Amino acid sequence: MDATMLPEVTAVGVIIKAILILAIISAIAGFGTYIERKVLAFMQRRLGPQHVGPYGLLQLAADGIKLFTKEDIIPQHANRLIFAVAPAITAATAFIALGAVPVFPDFTIPLVDVYVPSIASDVNVGILFVLGMMAAGLYGPLLAGMAQSNKWGLLGSARTAIQFLSYEVVTGLSLLAPIMLVGSLSFVDFNNYQSDGTWLVVYQPVAFILFLIAGYAETNRTPFDLLEHEAEIVSGYVTEYSGMRWGMFFIGEYANMITIGIIASIVFLGGYNDWWIFPGWIMILAKIAFSFFFMLWVRAAWPHVRPDQLMWLCWKVLMPLAVINVVITGIVMMAG
Amino acid sequence: MYEFIAFYIFAISTVILFLITVLSKNVLYAMTSLAAGMVMISGFFFLLGADFLGVVQLIVYVGAVMALYAFAMMFFDTTKDVKEKYNNPKLVFLLGGLMAVVFVIIFSAPIIGENIQVASPITDGVGNAQAVGIVLFTKYLVPFEVAAIMLLVAMVAGIILAGKKMDKSLTTTVLPLVDKESEDEILKKESR
Repeated sequence: MDATMLPEVTAVGVIIKAILILAIISAIAGFGTYIERKVLAFMQRRLGPQHVGPYGLLQLAADGIKLFTKEDIIPQHANRLIFAVAPAITAATAFIALGAVPVFPDFTIPLVDVYVPSIASDVNVGILFVLGMMAAGLYGPLLAGMAQSNKWGLLGSARTAIQFLSYEVVTGLSLLAPIMLVGSLSFVDFNNYQSDGTWLVVYQPVAFILFLIAGYAETNRTPFDLLEHEAEIVSGYVTEYSGMRWGMFFIGEYANMITIGIIASIVFLGGYNDWWIFPGWIMILAKIAFSFFFMLWVRAAWPHVRPDQLMWLCWKVLMPLAVINVVITGIVMMAG
Repeated sequence: MYEFIAFYIFAISTVILFLITVLSKNVLYAMTSLAAGMVMISGFFFLLGADFLGVVQLIVYVGAVMALYAFAMMFFDTTKDVKEKYNNPKLVFLLGGLMAVVFVIIFSAPIIGENIQVASPITDGVGNAQAVGIVLFTKYLVPFEVAAIMLLVAMVAGIILAGKKMDKSLTTTVLPLVDKESEDEILKKESR
């Protein structure tokens, strides 16, 4: 922290960070599938992948090779252009959203003494930007379902639309109460607000739970994975996809899971502040890992819901709760 | 320099995308280019430093166009072209062209006059969202409240129009496999 400190964002730094985000998150998404299968297996008293490599660890490589080399099929009557573009939308928006979330505290590279702000692009309305980008990501499933001229795909995209219209209000309203407390839309301000050690989840437990539920609906995690509900609509919007295009949907979904984990950690769970003897970067990694594990836990524990149940839950239960939470927060802030 | 390049990228892609929206006969192309054009427009707000408005543009139009998609899904076969009826193409061309000329004149008049005054200059030390809030609750309070009341009226009207059988869940009602007319009769009986 001396004279060579560069507080301004340099173009090279942004490009390096963008490449790092792409590389690391793609790798973690692959590894996430292994973790998911193992955790689900242990919870359901199975073994999970174990034949390829030690503890089945090389299953990742096997799956990767399969995905990359599989034949890429485009159905005859599909709208070819839209069919090809749709997976890219899901993957791209997931990574763009990750560009605006801070993960680690700002640090200085030891030998060359370069100051590194941890966030690729500090938009001062970070939360809204990330939510908007993740919402735009739902165009991927929507377009995929509509372009493939398959009735299961069409059902999948119809479900995408209703799912989007259900959870979006809850996500926004549940985050509104913490935003009122902090008085800023920037993730960095959220983190600094909790630097005294009191996590926002203490003040806003209701908002935290609502955000988690809406976040699971946003990432199509199991209680709400209506879009590709195998038991009802074959595979929903990915019915006709194969090979790398399917893989891009997959990476996008896992990147979104990590984004939701990061948002939950920074907004509600104290962010990357130091805690006791643990430095901030270990704390945030632990929190993100726990939110990821929590998603798998929920998946193992809860059955699917029907689309009408999702709408009922979002509009008749969660949204009124969120509004009441916002009103009470406002009253307490005015009185206090 | 970067802003210059970015502006032209956004401007050209916006125009091209909206041209596709108007000219394409395929519903899927039209809707997709509309959504993409809306995203490109939010790029202008980011360039001008109005991050908040840019993000709001993104969120609002992503949701709005998503609802349009739902209608397209219900009314059209999205993999086939739509046959459009042109009753009077000359009149359409004339009116559309006139509208475009009028808009260009309206928006370019103050630039030619060179007397653009900033109505609400940016206050130092106030963030984007705060600035919007301050303007909204002081200068534009009355239009803001009127808009709120209009939206409330529209919402009540929508609920009244759509809410005839809202106490019955259509998915949980077990219907025998019969034709459409007797299905309606069963629903009528149940709602009595």
